Amino acid sequence: MIDISPSVMQFLLAFVVVAPLLGAVAALLPAPPGLKGRNPDQAVLRHGVTVTGAILVAALALTLGFDHDHPSKMQATTDISWIPALDVRIHLGIDGISLPLLVLTALLTFLCALYSYFKMPAGPSPKAFVALLLVLESGTLATFAVLDLLLFFLAFEMVLIPMYFLIARWGGAERRAAAWKFILYTLLGSVVMLLGLLLVGLKAGTFDMVALATDNGRGLTTSVQVTAVLAIGVGLAVKTPMWPLHSWLPDAHTAAPTVGSVLLAGVLLKMGTYGFVRIALPVAPDGMRTLAPYLAAFAVVGIIYGSLACLALARKGAKGDLKRLIAYSSVGHMGFVLLGIASMTPTGVNGALFANIAHGLITGLLFFLVGALKDRFGTADLDTLAGATGAALYGRAPRLGGLLAFGAVASLGLPGLAGFWGEMLTMFGAFDPAEGLSRPAFLTFMAIAGVGTLLTAAYLLVVVRRVCMGVPQRQAPEQATIADVQGYEFAAWTPLVALTVLAGLWPAVLLGLTDPAVQKLLAGGKS
Amino acid sequence: MTVAAESASLVQSVDWTAIAPPTITAVVGLIVLVADLFVPEGKKALLGRLSIAGLAVALVSLLPLRAGDRSTFCLTSDTEVCSYTADQFTVVIQLLVLGGALLTALLSVTETARDKLPAGEFWFLLMSSAAGAALLPASRDLATLVVALEVASLPAFALVGMKRGDRLSSEAALKFFLSSVTATAVMLLGVSFVYATTGTLHLTEIAVRLDDVPAQLDTLAKAGVALTLVGFAFKTAAVPFHFWVPDTYVGAPLPVAAYLSVIGKAVGFTGLILVTVVAFPSYADVWGPALAVLAALTMTVGNVAALRQSATRAYSAVRLLAWSSVGQAGYLLVPIAAAAYSSDDQIGSTVAYALMYAVVNLGAFAVAALVARTHPLNRIADYRGLYATRPLAALALGFFLLCLAGLPPGIIGLFAKVTVFSAAVDAGLGWLAVVMAVNVVIALYYYLQWTAVLFRAPEGEPAKHAVPVPVTVAIVLTAVLGVALSGVPQTVLRFATGSLFQ
Repeated sequence: MIDISPSVMQFLLAFVVVAPLLGAVAALLPAPPGLKGRNPDQAVLRHGVTVTGAILVAALALTLGFDHDHPSKMQATTDISWIPALDVRIHLGIDGISLPLLVLTALLTFLCALYSYFKMPAGPSPKAFVALLLVLESGTLATFAVLDLLLFFLAFEMVLIPMYFLIARWGGAERRAAAWKFILYTLLGSVVMLLGLLLVGLKAGTFDMVALATDNGRGLTTSVQVTAVLAIGVGLAVKTPMWPLHSWLPDAHTAAPTVGSVLLAGVLLKMGTYGFVRIALPVAPDGMRTLAPYLAAFAVVGIIYGSLACLALARKGAKGDLKRLIAYSSVGHMGFVLLGIASMTPTGVNGALFANIAHGLITGLLFFLVGALKDRFGTADLDTLAGATGAALYGRAPRLGGLLAFGAVASLGLPGLAGFWGEMLTMFGAFDPAEGLSRPAFLTFMAIAGVGTLLTAAYLLVVVRRVCMGVPQRQAPEQATIADVQGYEFAAWTPLVALTVLAGLWPAVLLGLTDPAVQKLLAGGKS
Repeated sequence: MTVAAESASLVQSVDWTAIAPPTITAVVGLIVLVADLFVPEGKKALLGRLSIAGLAVALVSLLPLRAGDRSTFCLTSDTEVCSYTADQFTVVIQLLVLGGALLTALLSVTETARDKLPAGEFWFLLMSSAAGAALLPASRDLATLVVALEVASLPAFALVGMKRGDRLSSEAALKFFLSSVTATAVMLLGVSFVYATTGTLHLTEIAVRLDDVPAQLDTLAKAGVALTLVGFAFKTAAVPFHFWVPDTYVGAPLPVAAYLSVIGKAVGFTGLILVTVVAFPSYADVWGPALAVLAALTMTVGNVAALRQSATRAYSAVRLLAWSSVGQAGYLLVPIAAAAYSSDDQIGSTVAYALMYAVVNLGAFAVAALVARTHPLNRIADYRGLYATRPLAALALGFFLLCLAGLPPGIIGLFAKVTVFSAAVDAGLGWLAVVMAVNVVIALYYYLQWTAVLFRAPEGEPAKHAVPVPVTVAIVLTAVLGVALSGVPQTVLRFATGSLFQ
């Protein structure tokens, strides 16, 4: 939009990836004079807000400087040799696919840092908390910015240790077991993914994603491609997560602190689907074509499974945890994303990328809201919350209730909000899948996914009814007055609400970025 | 070729520069032994300093050999066939061995004083063993190889048994001794078979002559190859020849355990690489699958056993490091096995991995030595809250453990694993790569569990102890090396490409 010189763009992208790491180191050091704040805890939390804020500003500047007329071109690229022995290059760059994810990551991390500044999760010192948050941010941003397979793997692994500690140290009940489950599952997936990446790199002779995407799998035999997509796909599917590899997710979400859940759902899951779009689709199209029907089948099973699990949790007397419920709803939503990718059409992949962003915004918001509920009521257990008639949030904390209802209807895909376009486009993609894919099979998948949207609507409305509605009994002791939305909560949530509405009313702002890049990826650099 | 011997002359000139590293180490060791007789009791610390200086000089003497193009003790009839070669491979392994010995020596300075170990003997044995280990990578005939191997291991038995009056220590030494001697005997039998079939001891000559072994001697040659390998498998503590490891490590003084885990392993691997890749390439179909299976077994058994260590048992920290070193030995074997299947030179991956492993494992032992000063039982539970009392040591240990696990921030560990994986994938050993992938996950569990303990809130009021300078130096050295390598992994990974042999 505005003209920023290429070298500044280069610097901005490198800054976005490296600055959080430097910030993390700085967070561990004692605060310099003048920045000591009221006490050390406050100083370090403020440091976190400052650093993530600076990253957000840099990411926005990147967006402004991004050449929106050529979103399919890699921009702000840096390409330096790092480890010649392994042919690893520090190759950074952004295009229309990675830019929205980059901004989403920077935004969500900033909002999390802001939220923690006012509401630090219970646990050990905030020093380590801020450092881990920043390392996490660096790892996710790097995942979206790197263009080298081995560097991608490095960035993919970088988020594991910080997330493990965030869950294990600042989490709720059963946090240890959940943290272990999270890290062991994802590590097993990513090591298998490494084997696939190595197979691709060694057979094709390069680890460079741009070169590999331009080759479009021409240098790889079909059997190599199938093996590679299988191995890479398993790693990415664990992260996404795809049914039946999802079982770490509900536990991790239930145990994680609020900001941990927000980042896990909002950003970390996107690394998996991004990998499918960036690596599996363009690098090994033949392998992807062979495995796409299976991927789509697992995806729709995930949609139905996630919705049914949520329905079961939302029932009266099921002792369903709200965080767990939203985690399962993520499995369903990510099923739509995977279905769109499996259709291998521009429509489907665009829909998948749109649903990715929408899910990040909406589920991020929902986890914030449920976290706030849990803080106020001391539990996220739906039965305890709802009591006999419902928690009556509309009556007792109207703004909080309104926001929750907003998040729920956005999540169920109400037209006019962000959730709608992604689901619709992915189903369109499945309606008319790419050449070589069985149309009847994909039509069936589409129909099942359609049933899934109904089920999604059902459980979310049940949740709204049980949490937001009901008879307020002001005299009853167990229903003490609860605080409505606080100032800092407004600050952290408003951007998410605004962007949900914006993306819903004006989808072109996002699709205009992703579409050219997706067309190019699917065509293998021919266009 | 710096030695140009006249073909008629039987008197050889010796390239002293080429043989300087092991020679300096051995000579300093002898000087220490003699000096021990004249140094008064109160000044025994001098011997330690002398040894450290000797090792440092030996390290410096590697500098002129960087080009890796020297050899000496060649046949008068054929100057291409030499017994001692200082090529790239030799220089890198000597760097590893001497650097590792130097770090061990730093750890030992305070340990010898505290455990009242006899200083003269200790330093002499350490230096002799290091000299043998430094000689090994350079030896290019089976006789020198066996002699170097024995020079490296015989002093090690005595070192393990050094703690006088400690039942565990003597038992460990005996166990180590018996298993090692058996290995040597088996290996000598194998060597004699190989000699019988080929009529030469020089590795390159063996490689040539094994190509056309007469039919009736084929079985003998195969048996010879197999038995020689068994001998080296013992030394590397590959499964099923690993049982001596945990007890030996626990019984030995801590620096000696560190020494065994790094230099002891390097010795075994160097020998294994030399005999397989240099001497027996034509029998790759025999040792390739055998080593692949051995690698899979070794890493699985080592990691599963490490997983089962209870955190509150006595010496569990050292025990865990011992078992994890068995697991790591499995990873080290993978590229050697891959070399049998691929025309590319894969053993460089082993060398690169060994360098990484040497730095971070010695670092982990250095922190363990630090903790052992306040908690002599050295249980993993004793590391709880280390971050609160010694933040830098805790961060360093966390970094070392994550390097061993191969996860960021231990970037060098991650990329060293990637080279090993890529060797396996390149050679088409997909199943081995998958086994290794599962093992990486198993290993993460115990490494991360230990790391997590470091950062938990401490129990009770921790006692502050003064930290001895040499141990601090060792921790700082390894940590700085590890972090520097993480920034510039090319420094060690460049050995993974191209041939290291002359």
